[in-house]
Amino acid sequence: MSLNTTLIRSLKAPPRPVWEEPPSKAGLTAKGGLLLLCCLGVLGPLWIVVVTSLSPKPVIDQVGGLVVIPRGITFINYTELLSGGQVSRAIMVSVGVTFFGTLFSMAVSVLGAYGLSRPGSLGHRYFLMTIMATMFFGAGLIPTYLLVQALGLTDTYLSLILPSAVSVFNVLVLRAFFMGISPELTESARIDGASELRILLTIIMPLSRAVIAVISLFYAVGYWSAWFNASIYLSDQEMLPLQNVLIQLVQKGTEAPTGLQQAVHTGELSSLGLQMAVMVLALIPVAVASPFVQRHFKKGMLTGAIKG
Amino acid sequence: MSLTTGSRPDGTRPPAAVEEPAAAVAAAEATKGRAPRGTGKAGKVPFRVRWHRDRALILMTLPLIALLLVFHYVPLLGNVIAFQEYDPYIAGNGITAIFHSPWVGLDQVVRMVEDPLFWDATQNTLLLFVIQLALFFPVPIALALLINSVIRPRVRAVAQAIMYLPHFFSWVLVITVFQQIFGGAGIIAQTLENHGVSGFDLMTDADLFKWLVTAEAVWKDAGWGIIVFLAALAAVSTDLYEAAAMDGAGRWRRMWHVTLPALRPVIALLLVLRVGDALSVGFEQFLLQRDAVGAGAAEVLDTYVWNMGIQNGDFSYAAAVGLVKGIIGVALVLGANKFAHLLGEQGVYKK
Repeated sequence: MSLNTTLIRSLKAPPRPVWEEPPSKAGLTAKGGLLLLCCLGVLGPLWIVVVTSLSPKPVIDQVGGLVVIPRGITFINYTELLSGGQVSRAIMVSVGVTFFGTLFSMAVSVLGAYGLSRPGSLGHRYFLMTIMATMFFGAGLIPTYLLVQALGLTDTYLSLILPSAVSVFNVLVLRAFFMGISPELTESARIDGASELRILLTIIMPLSRAVIAVISLFYAVGYWSAWFNASIYLSDQEMLPLQNVLIQLVQKGTEAPTGLQQAVHTGELSSLGLQMAVMVLALIPVAVASPFVQRHFKKGMLTGAIKG
Repeated sequence: MSLTTGSRPDGTRPPAAVEEPAAAVAAAEATKGRAPRGTGKAGKVPFRVRWHRDRALILMTLPLIALLLVFHYVPLLGNVIAFQEYDPYIAGNGITAIFHSPWVGLDQVVRMVEDPLFWDATQNTLLLFVIQLALFFPVPIALALLINSVIRPRVRAVAQAIMYLPHFFSWVLVITVFQQIFGGAGIIAQTLENHGVSGFDLMTDADLFKWLVTAEAVWKDAGWGIIVFLAALAAVSTDLYEAAAMDGAGRWRRMWHVTLPALRPVIALLLVLRVGDALSVGFEQFLLQRDAVGAGAAEVLDTYVWNMGIQNGDFSYAAAVGLVKGIIGVALVLGANKFAHLLGEQGVYKK
C-alpha cells in the first residue's frame, strides 16, 4: 500500500511554476513519443541479441536468423561457452586484465593527482606541464609499437596495460576534485603528524568516493573494451581477450569457438545463438556496472571540465 | 594556461613545521601564479625547506611521470625514424636500430605527398569529419533539450540511463549490433528475404559507408554527449525564464533567447575540441570495418598509418604520416581556439 503510493508520487510530475503555460496534449505526445523512440533505439537491438542467445536452435532455424519474439528459453549456449574452452579462457583473460589494469591505473592516477593537488609545492608547475603537454600531442602508433617491442612486452599481458595505463584527462579530473576538498580537513591531520599518504588514504579518498567510482568505471570499461593492443601485441591465440574472440567469431565469420564447432556441425548448437551469447557475455559487465555509477557521472565530468 | 593559477587561493597552506615566510610565499605563489619568486618581502623559501615539505608529494607523482616519460615522451622522440630509412633488424634491438639506420631527411614526407593512397585516406578523413560534424554534433544538443524539458525525475533518470548505456559498449559490440540489424544476415535483410527481396546488405556497401559509420557514432555516443549540455542547462537561473515569460515569450522564444545562449560557451568549447580532432575520426571503428567494406571507403589517416607501418612493416613512412598528422592536429587546435577567441568565446584555454 505505502509502496504503491510512493511509486505513484515519484511518477507524478512536480508542479510547474505559475508562469509556465500548461503543456498541450500534442506537445506532450510528441515529446513522449520521441523519448520512447530513443530508448527503443538503444534497447531494441539489445533485446534481439539477448533473445536470440536464449532461443533453442529449432526456433532460430524456424525464424531463419535473429529472434525478436521469444519462444522457448534455453541456457545451453551459455553453459557450453562457460564450461571451459576458448570463450571461458578469454573471459578469464579479460576479467584479469580489467581487474589488475584498473587497480594499477587507479593507483598511479590517484597518487599522481594528489601529488599535483597543491599549487606552489616543489616542482608542481613542471610536473603539471609535463603531464598536460601529453594531451596536445599523441606519441604516434608506430613509435609506441616499436617501443613496446623493444621493451620485450609483446606476448605479455603487460602490453595490454602499461602503454595505455593512464589517461591524463582522468588524472586532471581527480586532481580538480582533490583540490576542491577543504584544506582545513587535511591541515589538522598534518599538524597531528599524519603523513601525506595517510592523509590521502584516510581523508581525501573517503571524501572522493563518487569521483573515484566514476574514474574507476572509465578505466575498467576501457580495459574491458580494448582489443587493438591485443591484436598487434599478442600473437598467441590462447592469450586473446574476449573482444578479440568476438571479432573472430562475428567479424571474420568463424562459425563457432574452437571446441564447439563439432556441436554446431552436428546441429546441436546454433552458430548464431553462440555468437549472440558471446556478445551478451561481453556486454553484461558494462550494462550492469554503469547504471550504478550513473548518478555520479555529472560530478565526475564537470569538475574536470571546469578546472582541468 | 590558467590551470595552475587562482583556482584555490588558500590551497597551499604549508605544514605547521614550516615557519612563517614559507606560508607567505606559498600563498603568494598560489594567488599570483607566475609571479617571479623571491620578489616578495619574505624572500625565497630555501630549496631544502621546500624539499623537506614536499618530497612526499613528489614521490607520489613520480610513478605517473615515469609512466608518461616511458610510454609517451620516449615514443615521441622515436618519431625521428620519420626522417630515416628505419630498419628494425639492423641492430639487436628496435631502439638501438634507430642509431644505425640511415638518415634520409624529408624523403618520407616527399613520398607521402606523391602517394595517391595517402590523399585518398586524407579525403576520406575530411569527408567523414564534415559529415559527422553536420549530422552528429547537433544530436546531443537536441537530446539534451528534450531530456531537459521532461520534469518527472524518475522518467528523466531512466531515459538518461538508457541513453548513456551504448557509450560504454566497445566498438566491437556496436558494430556487431549494427551488423545484426543492417548486415547481410541481419534482421532487415531477413525480413526482406521472407518477403521475396534478397541481397540487402548495408555493411558492405562502400557508397553508404559514410552514413553507416555516422549512424554508428550517433548510436554509441550521442546519448553520452548529453551530459555536458544538461549540466550547462541546470546552471541556467529560472529567473531568466520567468522574466522572459513575463515579457510574453512563449516556450520556443524562451528556448531561443534563454536556453541556447546559455549553451553557447559549451557548444563553442566542444566545437573547438572536435575541429582539433578532425583528423582522427574513429580509428577502431574503421579498422573493424575495413575488411567488410574495403580500403577504398574505410581508409582514414589512422588506419593508413596502421596498414603501412604495422601490416607492411614500412615503419619510417608510416611514422612520417603519423607525425604530419599530429602536427596538423596541434595546428588545428590552436587555430580553432584562436577563432573561438575572436568570436568572444573562451575556447579550451584562456590567454
